[in-house]
Amino acid sequence: MLQQLEGSRAIAETVALCRPEVVCAYPISPQTHIIEAIGAMVKDGRLSPCEFINVESEYAAMSVSIGASAAGARTYTATASQGLLFMIEAVYNAAGLGLPVVMTLANRAIGAPINIWNDHSDAMAVGDAGWIQLFAETNQEAADLHVQAFRLAEALSVPVMVCMDGFILTHAVEAVDLIDQAVVDSFLPPYEPRQVLDPDDPVSIGAMVGPEAFEEVRYLAHLRQLDALELIPSVAEEFAALTGRASGGLLHPYRLEDAETVIVAMGSVLGTIKDAVDARRRAGERVGVLGVTAFRPFPVVAVADALRGARRVVVVEKAFSLGMGGVLATDVATASPDSGGDLATVVAGLGGRPITRRDVEGILERSAQGTLPRLSFLNLDEDVVARERARMAASRRSGPFAENVLRDLAGGRAHR
Amino acid sequence: MFQVRIHGRGGQGVVTAAELLAVAAFDQGRHAQAFPSFGSERTGAPVVSYCRIDDHEIRTREPIDAPDAVIVQDVTLVHHVDLFGGLSPTGYVLVNTSLALGELGLDDTLAALPDGHAAACAATELALAHVGRAVPNVPLLGAWCALTGELPLEALARALRHRFTREVAERNVAAASAAFDLVRDLKEAQRAPTA
Repeated sequence: MLQQLEGSRAIAETVALCRPEVVCAYPISPQTHIIEAIGAMVKDGRLSPCEFINVESEYAAMSVSIGASAAGARTYTATASQGLLFMIEAVYNAAGLGLPVVMTLANRAIGAPINIWNDHSDAMAVGDAGWIQLFAETNQEAADLHVQAFRLAEALSVPVMVCMDGFILTHAVEAVDLIDQAVVDSFLPPYEPRQVLDPDDPVSIGAMVGPEAFEEVRYLAHLRQLDALELIPSVAEEFAALTGRASGGLLHPYRLEDAETVIVAMGSVLGTIKDAVDARRRAGERVGVLGVTAFRPFPVVAVADALRGARRVVVVEKAFSLGMGGVLATDVATASPDSGGDLATVVAGLGGRPITRRDVEGILERSAQGTLPRLSFLNLDEDVVARERARMAASRRSGPFAENVLRDLAGGRAHR
Repeated sequence: MFQVRIHGRGGQGVVTAAELLAVAAFDQGRHAQAFPSFGSERTGAPVVSYCRIDDHEIRTREPIDAPDAVIVQDVTLVHHVDLFGGLSPTGYVLVNTSLALGELGLDDTLAALPDGHAAACAATELALAHVGRAVPNVPLLGAWCALTGELPLEALARALRHRFTREVAERNVAAASAAFDLVRDLKEAQRAPTA
């Protein structure tokens, strides 16, 4: 039923429809509303049978999730930012062991400097952990992706992370069509584990593997990711046949036919970019946008196909690798080496800085003029940077740079 | 698209106000998107929330820099926060105050607006009288419905009944209705021939 509700509430309701048997999570902004709502549903019996396990940390949350999943339970958790980093050893273990945990990542920047707002640094930090990572454009897609995530995870024995922009989506109230329980039940069969800790049929899970087999075991995990490249689109098609909604899949191409300039991006910023693309199209420019839904596994072939006709590719991403540049951009360049010289990365939206339609139109304009550098930072305050660089040059004891920048901004002009 | 920006302080229901507007718009079959200003808010700190209402799907995720209406839930923010930045020349201003608008030192802002596009509403007093709590958000929404005509009061009432349990909902509906009537009467008085 179509309802106007907070993104976090939509996720909690949808996760409950997927009938998880164990939910274990530790609260952290901006994930908190999801977990509060699920906890309340377990307590009042709306979500039953399900055990909500309180723990003292994210490390424990993922560790309990691993145990529950290994015992054959459909298992869900959620986190963000520092919470994801705190559980990172267990995040790798869940994937390495082949346990189909589903986790919501309410994307948030990573400190220092401490920042509670949205960007994609957290997801990028675990891009190599062996989880499937799906990015949602809207709250509708975020909700739908959770249903698909359980299906994918359990079919492949691979954990799935649904990435949704913290605050921008989790705290936005908009219309979401909550899927019917009967539809979820038909789409999501009961979990049949490939491996299970069962006292009547004992196995051990988590072997020590030496050089004689480590490469093969890791390669098998890689092959399961490649299997996911096949399964993600077919699961999305099946979901679309049931619901009429094009949620999920590998990519969301928009107005790519005849597009000379293509922006590549992930997550909620795609909506703003589509508005910008429509505006530039009305002005007669041949521009389009490629939304990447599946970041891991990365759809190398599909991205290459989608970008084949493009003369200029601009990756707009909410994270970067310090000392290197774009993360998504590096993958896009690998997929589409032909766009090499004309591939530009714009790092944007870091730590919650808004990305406006005007910003995106400016990027398209500079791209068309050939003045967009290979790597740039949207709306970077060059003066503030220069002043701190000057302070560092002038004095050995220039002090902590985050504090210096804030002091500088407070003394100079208002900062947003 | 009609864009609303709500300014207030933590604890005044600023975020809830934007959400209620979005639900009321949804009730009318319209597309709506409400979101807060994402701070680490605490009681008393300046807070901003936003609501977009449109007849088409809303895709943008940028903050509202050019609102069609500004609601000021706390008059002590006037002259401390840039309340009216980007306000549309044909926009609306609604301020929670028991003073007259002319006493707020906002003449430059208000003079630029069309007649009948600004109103003062003693929302805290109305909330205390009807709800028993000094939370001005709901009466201001009732006043906003009368001021802008963007949504009918009945849609807001249904949003309130959806959000709150019966008795609390009805008290809030009464507060919103009282504010609606006050602003409607104000507008009608302004519209009356002066010649």
